[in-house]
Amino acid sequence: MKLAIKLAFRNLMGAGLRTWLNAIVLSFSFVVIIWMKGIMAGWDHQSKNDMARWEIGGGQYWQEKYDPYDPFTWRESHAPIPVRFKDEIRSGDMVPVLVTQGSIYPQGRIQSIKIKGIDPDQKLLLLPTQKLDTTMTDAIPAVIGSITSRDLKMGVGDRATLQWRDANGTFDASDVLITGVFKVSVPSADQGQIYIPLAKLQSMLGLPGEATILTYRDSKQLRPDVTGWINKPVKVLTASIDEMLKMKSTGQSILYFILLLLAMLAIFDTQVLSIFRRQKEIGTYIALGYTRKEVVGLFTVEGTMHSVFAALLGAAYGLPLLLYQAKHGWTLPIDASQFGVAIAQTLYPVYSAGLVVATVMLVMLTTALVSYLPSRRIAKMNPTEALRGRIQ
Amino acid sequence: MFSITNIIAMENLPVIKTEKLIKSFPMGKGQFTALKGIDLTFSQGEFAGLIGPSGSGKTTLLNIIGSLDTPTSGDVMVLERHIGHLSAKESAMLRKQSLGFIFQSYNLLAVHTVYENVEFPLLLLKYGALERRRMVMDALEWVGLTDKQKSKPPQLSGGECQRVAIARAMVKRPSVVLADEPTANLDADNSHNILRTMEKLNRELNTTFLFATHDDKVKSYLRRKIYLVDGLVVNDEISAN
Repeated sequence: MKLAIKLAFRNLMGAGLRTWLNAIVLSFSFVVIIWMKGIMAGWDHQSKNDMARWEIGGGQYWQEKYDPYDPFTWRESHAPIPVRFKDEIRSGDMVPVLVTQGSIYPQGRIQSIKIKGIDPDQKLLLLPTQKLDTTMTDAIPAVIGSITSRDLKMGVGDRATLQWRDANGTFDASDVLITGVFKVSVPSADQGQIYIPLAKLQSMLGLPGEATILTYRDSKQLRPDVTGWINKPVKVLTASIDEMLKMKSTGQSILYFILLLLAMLAIFDTQVLSIFRRQKEIGTYIALGYTRKEVVGLFTVEGTMHSVFAALLGAAYGLPLLLYQAKHGWTLPIDASQFGVAIAQTLYPVYSAGLVVATVMLVMLTTALVSYLPSRRIAKMNPTEALRGRIQ
Repeated sequence: MFSITNIIAMENLPVIKTEKLIKSFPMGKGQFTALKGIDLTFSQGEFAGLIGPSGSGKTTLLNIIGSLDTPTSGDVMVLERHIGHLSAKESAMLRKQSLGFIFQSYNLLAVHTVYENVEFPLLLLKYGALERRRMVMDALEWVGLTDKQKSKPPQLSGGECQRVAIARAMVKRPSVVLADEPTANLDADNSHNILRTMEKLNRELNTTFLFATHDDKVKSYLRRKIYLVDGLVVNDEISAN
């Protein structure tokens, strides 16, 4: 093996430009695969991180009737906050949120909206709830996300009428004043939602001491089962992101496949051409004491070594490029909030050692296989014909 | 410890022996018989040649002796090994350890330097770096190419290339060197130089040289001339010198 590596190295260096063209093509695969995988890992990391910080904390209890995708359940999905959580809420490690369906009338238009009541003093989530200061206004203070702000055409200081139905089904309405607009990469914490003080919403609905969602801080703590409430750990709450990333990964895999295919075609072509052009050399190796299988091994090592050169080449220009991206991020050319998925405007790729090693292994194994396939022909060659350079 | 070459020399055994050797190749729907029952014996240190026109079977015989091909029937013994019964690995081992090859078109590895070409058989035999260096330099000195060790084959003349091929064949001190038309691509001066070098090595190292040739220049150096016509030995002359 050591000799095969030594000879393969000499042969490849001797082949000059042909070797480097293959290595350059292959190095693109290395860099692009690692970059794209890094973007996906970064997206995954950022989305989950942002979701945790803005919306789901370390997990949530949902009132058993609550279904975020069915607004008709929202009016029914409330229950008294369990007594066992009072201390946790008091210490700031749990935030109750009351949810109901409502309508808002900005500039005379009507738009359906999800009304969320949240404690203005909470520190668990990054939502700017401290801006829900009831003392500053006669209207209901409210904060909204930038997507909702854009959709409603409302900004800080704007007023609109908010309509809701209380626990008895009676319609009621009042003015809201937008006291804050926040920007977040998590659409489910923004789109079509308005945040008002919890106590105010409880009083508006006639549901004192009740909530729909209980968001807790500690994801590692073993959570008890509570009657009427369903525990939703982070893994469950982020399942949609996992699903989406899985789907995106499949799409990306097609791109990797095409990239690898192009690089492998170049390697395959070189191997076929090598075997065709170097028949005399193959015969000479056999005459000097190689078995045909050993020559197959030599040519396979030679082909595979392209990926070693490509890895080194890729490292030379890819490392600075990828590190720059990791530091400065990749800013999406269009407004990320329009995607409707949890994606930040600037994505910061995350490259792990596992990602790099796995990519290098994948490319090397594929190259080895592609190098081996045409080399098998050598095993069928007649050495005496090969020595004369006769095409077989 | 004695090598097979030592034992052969001590017991005066033949280094090569062919008995009723027949070699046929498929040709169209029939068969072409290149060798039609060859019986030959070669001793250690011979400087012999298979002489004949194209198609007489000399290269085929050389290839079988070199374990690059197998006989259709009959027996070929090279250094006490039956060529027809060797596995691919065993015949590779025989070539690696005991046989040297010189070809008409040199068959040097083009991307390797002269030094690396000559070193190659020693790498296969796993010699240590220091020993390799000494042996390669010795071989280059035999053929007068120490000053060209860093050159690559495309930078050398035909005569120099063939001298590199001789050095590569001789570097491991094989028992037998098989040379297939070694002077066919060389001019007269270079041919004589090459032949004198090989003759000198034959005398100094007692290596058996077996040529396949139809070149008159080669014939004049041979101590034994075996004439082949249509796959048969028609004459086997041994000269006194």
